[in-house]
Amino acid sequence: MTALLKVEGLDVEIPLAIGTLRPVRSVGFEVERGKTLCIVGESGCGKSLTSLAIMNLLPRRARRTAQQLSFAGRDLRGLDERAMADVRGNEIAMIFQEPMTSLNPAFTIGNQLEEALLRHRKVSRKEARARALYLLDKVGITAAAERLAQYPHQLSGGLRQRVMIAMALMCAPKLIIADEPTTALDVTIQAQILHLLAALRREFEMGVMLITHDLGIVARIADRVAVMYAGEIVETGSVEEIFRHPLHPYTQGLLRCIPVPGKTRRGAHLGSIPGMVPSLLGPLRGCSFRNRCSYGFAPCAVETVPLAEVAPGNAYRCLLTPEACALNARVGTAA
Amino acid sequence: MTVESFIGLGERLQPSAAALLRRRVFGHATFVLGAGTLGFILLVALFAPWLAPHDPYAQDLSQRLIPPIWSERGSWTHPLGTDQLGRDYLSRLIYGTRISLLIGTAAMLMSGIIGTTLGVLAGYFGGKVDLAINFIVTTRLAMPIILVALAVAALAGSSLENVILVLGLLLWDRFAVVTRSVTVQIRGLDYVAAAQAVGCSSLRVLTNEILPNIVNAIIVVATLEMANAILLEAALSFLGLGVPSPLPSWGLMIAEGKEYMFFSPWVITIPGLALFTLVLAINLLGDGVRDLSAPESRA
Amino acid sequence: MTEPLLEIREVECRFWVSGGLFKAKRALQAVGGVSLALARGEVLGLVGESGCGKSTLARVVLGLLAPTRGTVLFHGEPVAQLGRAALARRVQPVFQDPYSSLNPRKSIGSIIGLPLRVHKVGARSERRARVEEMMDRVGLARRLYHDSPGQLSGGQRQRVAIARALIMRPELVLCDEPTSALDVSVQSQILNLLQDLQREFSLTYIVISHNLAVVEHMATRVAVMYLGRIVEESQTTALFSAPRHPYTQALLSSVLTPEPGLGVPDTHLGIAFPNPLDPPTGCAFHPRCSHAMPVCTERRPVPRHFAGASTACHLYDSA
Repeated sequence: MTALLKVEGLDVEIPLAIGTLRPVRSVGFEVERGKTLCIVGESGCGKSLTSLAIMNLLPRRARRTAQQLSFAGRDLRGLDERAMADVRGNEIAMIFQEPMTSLNPAFTIGNQLEEALLRHRKVSRKEARARALYLLDKVGITAAAERLAQYPHQLSGGLRQRVMIAMALMCAPKLIIADEPTTALDVTIQAQILHLLAALRREFEMGVMLITHDLGIVARIADRVAVMYAGEIVETGSVEEIFRHPLHPYTQGLLRCIPVPGKTRRGAHLGSIPGMVPSLLGPLRGCSFRNRCSYGFAPCAVETVPLAEVAPGNAYRCLLTPEACALNARVGTAA
Repeated sequence: MTVESFIGLGERLQPSAAALLRRRVFGHATFVLGAGTLGFILLVALFAPWLAPHDPYAQDLSQRLIPPIWSERGSWTHPLGTDQLGRDYLSRLIYGTRISLLIGTAAMLMSGIIGTTLGVLAGYFGGKVDLAINFIVTTRLAMPIILVALAVAALAGSSLENVILVLGLLLWDRFAVVTRSVTVQIRGLDYVAAAQAVGCSSLRVLTNEILPNIVNAIIVVATLEMANAILLEAALSFLGLGVPSPLPSWGLMIAEGKEYMFFSPWVITIPGLALFTLVLAINLLGDGVRDLSAPESRA
Repeated sequence: MTEPLLEIREVECRFWVSGGLFKAKRALQAVGGVSLALARGEVLGLVGESGCGKSTLARVVLGLLAPTRGTVLFHGEPVAQLGRAALARRVQPVFQDPYSSLNPRKSIGSIIGLPLRVHKVGARSERRARVEEMMDRVGLARRLYHDSPGQLSGGQRQRVAIARALIMRPELVLCDEPTSALDVSVQSQILNLLQDLQREFSLTYIVISHNLAVVEHMATRVAVMYLGRIVEESQTTALFSAPRHPYTQALLSSVLTPEPGLGVPDTHLGIAFPNPLDPPTGCAFHPRCSHAMPVCTERRPVPRHFAGASTACHLYDSA
């Protein structure tokens, strides 16, 4: 099955007065139609910038290069701003984190929904309104006709995020990129929104790229996972592979940090990853995780660590052998 | 997600605040220009007795209205010419910096203290205190400065001290409004709640937690009000309600010279340019401080 | 029968919100009739979603907000009668946002040492030593003493906040979402630290969090709040294994554990959103409850007690 979105060798550089920042380095992944890819990592790992780079929405002084950046067979690198604007919202839709600020407070919901469609298609306003009503119903908003006339401030956070999803679906996109779509929402609302996203993805057969720091969300909603650290992809695999047989020490460390009700012993220490993310300024050598890794050895500081594939679609970026990594997972709670 | 969140230099997240500040300050053209010009004027004011070639009050009616050096009749004895009473203009200009700076600074300090106190109290305590202070501010805004100055001049005569008093007691409204709004923003932050929970008295919270964090806003308003005070003094003196003759206030110089402006234009253009330069310098300085402090206000 | 360390009796907090131009002010009941007791050494987890009133309750306990009704008692003494200083020695906060809980204009040493200065503890030289000792205990390098908060990471700042809270050895520490704003790997460091410090200083905690996994790990007892009231209270293991109140059940089923293949559950909660300004009649949860009965719209349920636990739900009226 050809990938809907294929990214390879994506780099983002930001020249600053103090040096060149490289927040995204050699990132590559695929999103398939009808499947969900989750990009997971902590703050500063570059996951949001990756999505902005794909959509060409980077800040002005940032530079993007990629070996491959194709969407539905088209090369996105060659598209100028106008052509890219045609793709955004139309074939690739984005959903952001803050439902409070993503909607324009000066216009009604209906207005904004209709505009989302009218900008890309030559349809009448009546048709656009009909589609808006259809989608509001699809996202579970009752009394849709009244909602169309309301303003964003009259809706709760959960409702606004549903409206954002409806807006994203107005042009029937092939791919949805959602950047932390539920982080600002309450736990019960989060569950509802994710449940909704999964259902819609199945119904409309879209590809979904979901960016999050929450491993719980990843486990429940992803088909495939890419783990990012310090600007690089350090592990990829199916959701089963990542959670049952994590290879990279960072992935293993992350999984040990999370308390799981019923599994983690109360009163015992949680696993932790000591240290901090390294600087991404200037030339970078060796493994970026080495200053926090319990298993490092001399070559980690010098050699560039390539992404090594152990099975189709399952790769990790570490100099240790897969057997050694598997052993670490069985033995260790981190330092 | 800010770019800064990517920068992690081991244990220290970034070079010290002082080093960053130094780097940005000297790279900022507006600030350097404003500060430099103001600094120059300040030095002129301080060293006036040594810089001025003549006594600014010395009249010599035989030397009336001599044009400045760039005109054919000018000479180096009086590089900027003389006024209608034969007083050396350069010396009067130099001594005039003292008056402008003195009035500007004194009025700014007085109104700053009054306005900041009122604004911070209104912002921190809210409720009835806020209402009362709002009422005071509205009352003050209803009073036109010129008419008050007129009344003061009529009742107490015009003098340097009276001008400072009038300006200091009337120019505090912008301080109050701005400090109140910034205080309201800060009052809701967790570190204020933490200080209260530690057991700090209200006074301590105000001086230790709130004031240090509104200093930037205060400085910006202070520069604006200083420029405002200087211009107002010039206007009042022009109307005869400000500094009395023979003090070398630039506004007074313009007033006294207006009858001669068609044949001896330098009499009003020179003090006018001086006023313009000083006010411009102060405003540039204020702009610079605002720009430099704005990104710092992000925690 | 030892006296509880902290007792909250029927505390109510009502705010007046303007209804708009020319309209009368409306009452917002942020906290309504909350009663809790906390014994020394316990860790009480307070869970609930936005608008449930847990942060308002926290401020009441800290003495930053006076309740409209009800009392808070420390060792039997009403908070209103304790002075500001005495209360500060009993309870201290650790707030959620490490970026707004430290004064950006002060140094770390000054921030941690503030309680010592306010309570006039020790001479100046002693204070520095005590601050440094505290920094060691929370895992901060001593050379950060003169740094300002802007130079520290989120995890380090939270350690500063913890050091400030503990330097006067309070009895109760109120943690309001102490790790929500931190990365997962840092979160676990801070949680481990909080656990160690609790043992070392014999502290009692109230942990407010929307992250149920964290609460389950840290707390000995849990109270669930909804729209200003406690709907269920129980020992942690009991609550997580057999929740009684429908809201607790929905809340627990919304917890997404990192276990693949389980999918996202449907919580059957509906999209009605509780409006604190216009709360539903009777039980505040009934519009979203799949077990709602006619009586739920009429009368507010009273807490029923079952062996150390309590639930406020009409389903258990006959118990």
